[in-house]
Amino acid sequence: MAVAVPVTVPYARYSIRGAHWFLARVLAELLQRSGLTKDKIEGLCVSSFTLAPDTAVGLTQHLGFTLRWLDHIPMGGASGVVALRRAARAVQCGDADIVACIAGDTNHTDSFRLNTATFSQFARDAVYPYGSGGPNASFAFLTAHYMRSYGAEAEDFGKLCVAQRANALKFPYALMKKALTLAEYLSARPIADPLRLFDCVMPCAGAEGFLVLRRERAEELDLAYARVLATIERHNAFPDDPVQYRGGWVLDCDELYRQAGIPPGDIDFVEAYDDYPVITMMQLEDLGFCRKGEGPDFVRRHSFTVDGSFPLNTSGGQLSVGQAGAAGGFLGLVEAIRQVTGQALGGAVADARIGMASGFGMINYDRGLCSGAAILARS
Amino acid sequence: MTAPLLRPKRKNPVLRTRLPTLPPAIRSRVALGLTAAAARGSFELQVCRDCATVQYPPREACCACLSDRLDWRVQNGAGELISETLLRHSQELFFRERVPWRLGMVRLDCGPTVIAYLHGDCPAAPARMRIRACLDRAGQAVLVALPEKETPNMADDRQLREMTCDPKFRKVLVTDGKTAAGQAVVEAVAAAGADLIWVGHAEPWKKLPGFDRLKAIPQVALLPLDVTNSRSVKEIAGEIGGRVDILINTADHHRNFGIASRHGVETARAEMETNYLALLRLAQEFAPAMRARGADGQSSAVAWVNLLSIFALSNFPPHGTYSASKAAALSLAQCLRAEMRASGVRVVNVFPGPIDDEWNQQLLPPKLAPAALAAAIVKALQDGIEDVYPGDVAQEWLARWRDNPKALERELAAGAG
Repeated sequence: MAVAVPVTVPYARYSIRGAHWFLARVLAELLQRSGLTKDKIEGLCVSSFTLAPDTAVGLTQHLGFTLRWLDHIPMGGASGVVALRRAARAVQCGDADIVACIAGDTNHTDSFRLNTATFSQFARDAVYPYGSGGPNASFAFLTAHYMRSYGAEAEDFGKLCVAQRANALKFPYALMKKALTLAEYLSARPIADPLRLFDCVMPCAGAEGFLVLRRERAEELDLAYARVLATIERHNAFPDDPVQYRGGWVLDCDELYRQAGIPPGDIDFVEAYDDYPVITMMQLEDLGFCRKGEGPDFVRRHSFTVDGSFPLNTSGGQLSVGQAGAAGGFLGLVEAIRQVTGQALGGAVADARIGMASGFGMINYDRGLCSGAAILARS
Repeated sequence: MTAPLLRPKRKNPVLRTRLPTLPPAIRSRVALGLTAAAARGSFELQVCRDCATVQYPPREACCACLSDRLDWRVQNGAGELISETLLRHSQELFFRERVPWRLGMVRLDCGPTVIAYLHGDCPAAPARMRIRACLDRAGQAVLVALPEKETPNMADDRQLREMTCDPKFRKVLVTDGKTAAGQAVVEAVAAAGADLIWVGHAEPWKKLPGFDRLKAIPQVALLPLDVTNSRSVKEIAGEIGGRVDILINTADHHRNFGIASRHGVETARAEMETNYLALLRLAQEFAPAMRARGADGQSSAVAWVNLLSIFALSNFPPHGTYSASKAAALSLAQCLRAEMRASGVRVVNVFPGPIDDEWNQQLLPPKLAPAALAAAIVKALQDGIEDVYPGDVAQEWLARWRDNPKALERELAAGAG
């Protein structure tokens, strides 16, 4: 199975456009860069928080697509990996020849508050009334607990943020354009202890997308493509953990490497879901790069810039590019496709053959429920 | 340790009075089970009748066995603080005006993890806590984590005071100080640290027992308030309305008998005048200013207390017309509660069983001592409760009414003679 045509619609802090506009721009660029006509897109997989009252169904008429296969994936940060899995199965089984996977959101000045206030029934009933801090408060709990349990220090999280900012400076679409030092990270204003300003993603508008198709089809169309070596997803893992210190990846990690037929050491770069750095550290552990609790030590031993010992979030990640709603769940995957197909827009990882993108999403109540990961390889 | 609250400085009249904002009030219907219990001062969670799983947040089905036979059962709230944060940034106005807020994640011994407000005296995680359900300014239940043992000045905690209606350093109007209950309320509120207590007494020329004792309380100021007279209510409201933080309506006209033992409607009309129409008059004249002062600093307007009767729930035929007037007052109090909601001013309804006074002479004990009633009102204000059923009789009637209101009606009819 192949993924091709990684598209990012440039992000904006705020936009007066609707989500439909951003999703239209992704589709337009997917067509233009692939040379395909609309009728050749037989399947569409959509993720968006701000498309309401429409769903993917409304989008077909809004943008004039007639489809054999349609899916709508409301899984936030896990949307990208899950979209890839759904689309690949559809193509594999002959339900569609080519599937466009797209995610995008707009961001008006009050969008983020509205989205947070009504995010889920549990959030509305049992989280939002407590200070209305949104995800900052939820991740503050997870971060404080993780720090206490495994000895992570603010400097460890700061190192990840600083490295990602260095990567972002080379990436044209990143909203953060200024270099960040560890001293600046540590002296930034506190948001929800122990989180500081640069631990938190900036909500913005934007969109991402890619095509899923068979390898032969990609070659026919003369598209640079990546091979899909392995994918996993998991929902509501470890419900009995009193507080989240691991994600669903733990249950599926072995399966991921078994499918790919490679050990973790063969991965050339990782695009981890990074709405807050603590979750990046958990992924390093849960996806087999180090053992549980060794995240802080792993971070101290490695460097994470594009040319570092462990290239991580090579476009700058959401922390430096921005979090464009559901597109945040696509950002890493789209960047991974760029890296292994030699289409990097910013810094390119030297000889990037195999990359991992992982997703994490939906703080329904006290923890992220969806997790997923994909391993892609150069064709 | 919580620093004791200091008496607030005199308000600067030049500064704008901040308008009330509320914490998020929207809840799913199933989550209102928590509010229903918190309104009575109880912390209850859903417990599965089939597999005994205790769950939170509230759900439509048991998360373990999918049964829909879920009962709200009282929990002791014991648990362990596993993580905390000090929130310094919020998306809602209410919190933006009050950050930082201390929040905690507490694993209850009965199973679920809850997110709760964290009292300032709670030690850092990991530590033992007890969880209580409180009503917040929006009138909805929220969970509060308190230290395992009482600490000095606990009630003065800044966050807790945003949820409770503590009379400490507040100005209180007790609408009728002539009744035994009214006098007991004045004394209890004074003992709880109220800054100033206006006490209404209609017909001031009448010398009433106990009144001299009231006058001796330094915070007490007597007012010639007659709640059955619209002009009197209007005048007094014009005089003090903008300063009342807590209004406790103790006015009560109580006569015995139902329908057959009486001729005419005069007694019933008098009961309606004092028990129902007086509430309407007071609400029209005092509520607007209180609504505007719902966020007026440390000693904002916070509560409106109605002294109703357990007879408001179901008619007690030997006191039939009195029951009817209290039922009317209850209905109007619900309207007032809805209208006060946006201001964050809590309407507290008190449903005592028979009070030990002259009009309940013929009722058998247990009867509620006026001092016990007054203590229950002050405790409700301090704990942030909105429905108060003080005393054994009220508790028993409430239990019977909640269990089967029709059965209670029949049981009460049997005593009609």
